[in-house]
Amino acid sequence: MSVLDVRNVWKSFGDNAVLQGVDLTLNNHDVVVLIGASGSGKSTLLRTINLIERVDDGQILLSGDDITDPRIDTDAVRARIGVVFQQFNLFPHMRVIDNVTLAARKVHGEDADSARARGTELLERFGLGEKLRDYPDRLSGGQQQRVAIVRAIMTDPELLLLDEITSALDPMLVGEVLDLVRGLKDAGSTILMATHEMAFAREVADRVVFMHGGRIIEAGTPEAIFDSPQQPETQEFLARVTHR
Amino acid sequence: MTDGAPQAHQVSELELERRHYRSNASRRSILIAVTSTVAFVAVVWVVLVNTPGWEDVKYTFFNWEIGKDAFPSILEGLWLNIRALFFAAIGVAVFGTLLAVLRSLRGPVWFPLRALATIYVDMFRGVPVLIVLFLVGFGIPALDIFPRMDAAVWGTISITLCYSAYVAEVLRAGIESVHSSQRIAARSLGLSHGKTLRMVVIPQGVRRVIPALMNDFVSMQKDVGLISVLGAVDAIRAAQIEVAATYNFTPYVIAALLFIVISVPLTRLTDYVAARMNSREQIGGVV
Repeated sequence: MSVLDVRNVWKSFGDNAVLQGVDLTLNNHDVVVLIGASGSGKSTLLRTINLIERVDDGQILLSGDDITDPRIDTDAVRARIGVVFQQFNLFPHMRVIDNVTLAARKVHGEDADSARARGTELLERFGLGEKLRDYPDRLSGGQQQRVAIVRAIMTDPELLLLDEITSALDPMLVGEVLDLVRGLKDAGSTILMATHEMAFAREVADRVVFMHGGRIIEAGTPEAIFDSPQQPETQEFLARVTHR
Repeated sequence: MTDGAPQAHQVSELELERRHYRSNASRRSILIAVTSTVAFVAVVWVVLVNTPGWEDVKYTFFNWEIGKDAFPSILEGLWLNIRALFFAAIGVAVFGTLLAVLRSLRGPVWFPLRALATIYVDMFRGVPVLIVLFLVGFGIPALDIFPRMDAAVWGTISITLCYSAYVAEVLRAGIESVHSSQRIAARSLGLSHGKTLRMVVIPQGVRRVIPALMNDFVSMQKDVGLISVLGAVDAIRAAQIEVAATYNFTPYVIAALLFIVISVPLTRLTDYVAARMNSREQIGGVV
């Protein structure tokens, strides 16, 4: 059974049709990268999967459960999905360790000591062991984003959504965040990410999905998409972003 | 990462000169401040002393003997104010937060509660505190459904009812100032609406409005003096009794000074707390 199954999803904001019949499937351990210009619907697609936006039509299944069913417990669904945002969105009034352990303690009912031990171990593994007691504002952008990723994976989500997680970072800091994502892929996480880092997409993706105007225009292996794109929109987009 | 061990560093002549200049400049600022303050007080004093009625005013308002005699009973009255303030503050914190949360609720299900909270806030911000005191302090006991309680209790309840409305509005402004990305991040972790409010939104919102909240607290600290109109013998009432006995207004001045004495530390404490929170969570700089 697939981890994520997006079936013919439609979404518009007023007259602006942002998603026009999107179909997408992620199997376990898949890393799928969404590429496309701003406004192509990548972020909105991620937000509908996380139930921050309600779909206008179509279905989204998470491990077989129809999460677009209005009778579903939305909090429980969100607890099964990890999300990392472009702007980190760490909680500024909580220390790093408390940011990371909040969901484990308050949503999953893990006791504070065990959450703390796991959080400390994860943060140490990702080179943040010295920052446990710091407040997020004291950290660099790259460190904040790594904390945000640890926060998202703390509860072993079935699916990770990464929404342009390097777009707000200084180019010098992008590498450390992408290293972490590589580690997650190697550990077998199922990841759907939107990004503008084409080189990274090529390296890490099992499948690249090109979106344009709320539709998936073309999808395939990184080699297929980057080396021999078939659709004119894809060709034009890649020509622009790679300055060829 | 480039940060290694800090190197031993010899401070340059340029920096030494700058430090010297800064310390001179700050010494000069202090001197100017002291001089202008002394001059200002002196001018006020001279003007006051030379007014035609000064001798009478001095006798009636600044009478050492009468003040000394009245002091113990006013101080005792002040203790009642402090207790009233203590309980009112707790009541306002609880009730004000509840009102703010009710007003922040979204969705049609909550309409009745939201509307009720809105009406309450509008009503109690509109009615003068004095009238609430009279209505609650004399009206509710007349219903004969509560055991007999001291006037100070009804007074404290009235103050709580009024200030909860103000504090609710301040808190609501704080809650709504927290960026929606914080809510989204919290909800994305699976936190419910209630937990998101309690653990993420309210703590941040309250911090931003702490100066406004403390302002309300200081304001409440003096308004607890109004419970005297119900007959509770607080600092104001005690002063009034002394005034009636001596036909001298010095006890009022004493009471005023005592109220100032308790409010100043509160305001300084607020500044300190706010500054500490800022320095803890942000990288400050010199501006």
